[in-house]
Amino acid sequence: MMLDIENLHARVEDKPILQGIDLQVSPGEVHAIMGPNGSGKSTLSHVLAGRSGYEVTSGTVTYRGQNLLDMAPEERAREGVFLAFQYPVEIPGVSNIYLLKAALNAQRKHRGESEVDAMDFLRLVKEKIRSLDLDEQFLYRGVNEGFSGGEKKRNEILQMAILEPRLCILDETDSGLDIDALKVVADGVNALRTAERSFILVTHYQRLLDYIKPDFVHVLAQGRIVKSGDASLALELEKKGYGWIEQEMAAVA
Amino acid sequence: MSPGPNPDYCEHFNALGEQLPGAGSTWVNNARRMALAQFDQQGFPSPRDEDWRYTNVSAIEKKRFKPLIPPGDAAADAGWLKRYRLNDAWSLVFVDGHFSARLSDVDDVPEGVTVQAMSAALANPPAAVEAEFGRVVGQTSHHGFVSFNTAFFTDGVLLHVPADTVLSRPVQIIHIASEPEAATNLRNLVILESGAQAALVETHLSMESAGSLAVSITEAVIRERAQLDGYLLHGASERAFRFGGFYVDVGTAGHFNHTNLSLGGLLVRNEIHVDLAESGQCALDGLFVGQGRRHVDSHTRVRHRGAHGTSRENYRGVLSDRSRGVFQGRIVVEPQAQKTDAQMNNRNLLLSDEAEIDTKPQLEIHADDVKCAHGVAVGQLDPESIFYLESRGVDPVSARNMLTFAFANTLVDGISLAGFRDIAQDALLALFPEAGIRKDWL
Repeated sequence: MMLDIENLHARVEDKPILQGIDLQVSPGEVHAIMGPNGSGKSTLSHVLAGRSGYEVTSGTVTYRGQNLLDMAPEERAREGVFLAFQYPVEIPGVSNIYLLKAALNAQRKHRGESEVDAMDFLRLVKEKIRSLDLDEQFLYRGVNEGFSGGEKKRNEILQMAILEPRLCILDETDSGLDIDALKVVADGVNALRTAERSFILVTHYQRLLDYIKPDFVHVLAQGRIVKSGDASLALELEKKGYGWIEQEMAAVA
Repeated sequence: MSPGPNPDYCEHFNALGEQLPGAGSTWVNNARRMALAQFDQQGFPSPRDEDWRYTNVSAIEKKRFKPLIPPGDAAADAGWLKRYRLNDAWSLVFVDGHFSARLSDVDDVPEGVTVQAMSAALANPPAAVEAEFGRVVGQTSHHGFVSFNTAFFTDGVLLHVPADTVLSRPVQIIHIASEPEAATNLRNLVILESGAQAALVETHLSMESAGSLAVSITEAVIRERAQLDGYLLHGASERAFRFGGFYVDVGTAGHFNHTNLSLGGLLVRNEIHVDLAESGQCALDGLFVGQGRRHVDSHTRVRHRGAHGTSRENYRGVLSDRSRGVFQGRIVVEPQAQKTDAQMNNRNLLLSDEAEIDTKPQLEIHADDVKCAHGVAVGQLDPESIFYLESRGVDPVSARNMLTFAFANTLVDGISLAGFRDIAQDALLALFPEAGIRKDWL
């Protein structure tokens, strides 16, 4: 099992956000997590990446047999968990290529490997950057500094492609992208799909899933997964809207 | 209140007497004697003076640093110097305020251009020096460091560029303080005739052990359409005291650009005062980094005295441990300076509960058709940015250092003179060893 979430509860300050999430992700699977605003989608991705400010009040998260919640954010990253941010941070003064290299070397050091060879690294980065339709100059600019929304998201995918994580969590990666940028991002993600690598796509809209076909779709509402299905569930949601789910929940209650 | 006369300093002056440069020249002697008398009256500045409110220099007063004629340049090691020397520049090296011909390189200066040690220039002072010496500083600053420097300066640089001449290489002043307990005084004079262009790099350093006072005063006269690009790197040891003053008179449509990197020393004050004539432009950038118990004060003043002038100021402070930073920026727009466009910005990063920043932007506007703005920010590292780096596998200590370095580096990164940017980046990196940043990847 790549990831096993059981009965996860989490809150921000005194406000409960996640109220009993259960989710199993096997290697190679793509899971889409959809839901209305405020359903807890982003909280789930942040809790998995280890962001502070969230208190896990009960439940467990097991990542490849380890207790993920016990690990510091940087350990999670080095162990292969990658969060593509909804709003990637701008860091003027540190070049994009420097961050890529620092991140890769942190991971390699963790695995007991030597630092990446400078020439090999450049070759790797240049190859990846072309496939994401980004200019090479982009590497020498400050991290995300002055990047457009689309460039920031592509930069997240570039980092992902260089770091080759085991579990990729994409937090609303489609938000703010026009259709061309969305296709580039989706192609980047699809190129990374392997039998071992798993993805969790957190999204409000179905349209990302036209380009990245999920194995499973889960609907999150009020901090719980209220419905799961295959890719067709996303289409149904697109047609009927989230109100339909909420009505169903009300009927059950 | 005056702190009383300084009998020691009068004695020092009498002892040095004939050995000070320009001793054979009546006007130089007079200037020195008047300054000494003035210093005797005023002493070093007191926090009672509004301009010195946040910077108490009583430690300097108490220490009674001794002006001296330095013994020589043996303390300076050419290998060590290499780290700070620009590759392609005319360089003048001073050890404890004393010109070292051995370590300097002023070969092949173009015809008509003067790049000379002040001690040599004052042996037979040109008329231009007599006309300009003390004039620009006299328009703006009259405190004790100025009179102290005028009385005691042992050397400095004279840079005189004739009209419409563009210097092909920068002029670099390197000063190294090595004698403990000493007061060193450099006095520089820059005259750019109309349409001339030059770059002046000042590098002030000290040996590890030198707890000395280095006072450096530079006056620059930039005539019509001329341009001076000034760069300052202060990287002295953590026991060093410094007062640095840069006073500039910019003529019609002249340009002055300055980058002030204050990265070392224990108690440091830098003043940059600029007077702008009609259509004059200036850009003042600065970075001050406080670590340990450092106190670093950046004092800028831009006076728009002609219409259509432009000034841009961008200062950043990084303060950690128990350090203290001061930024006082003042923009004065005289009544006739209509259509002035002035902007001043100061951003500070406070990295510890015990660090302190006093920032005081001031606009004094006497004209009615102007565009003036200032902005000040004091903040801490952004937790979101720290998390972003951690989520890429960077440990929290490196992440914090990386972000701190990045905040400072944005300023250094923008330096146009590549050779100086390179030296500055090395000096900056040395302050953040834990950022784990290697230069080849910047």
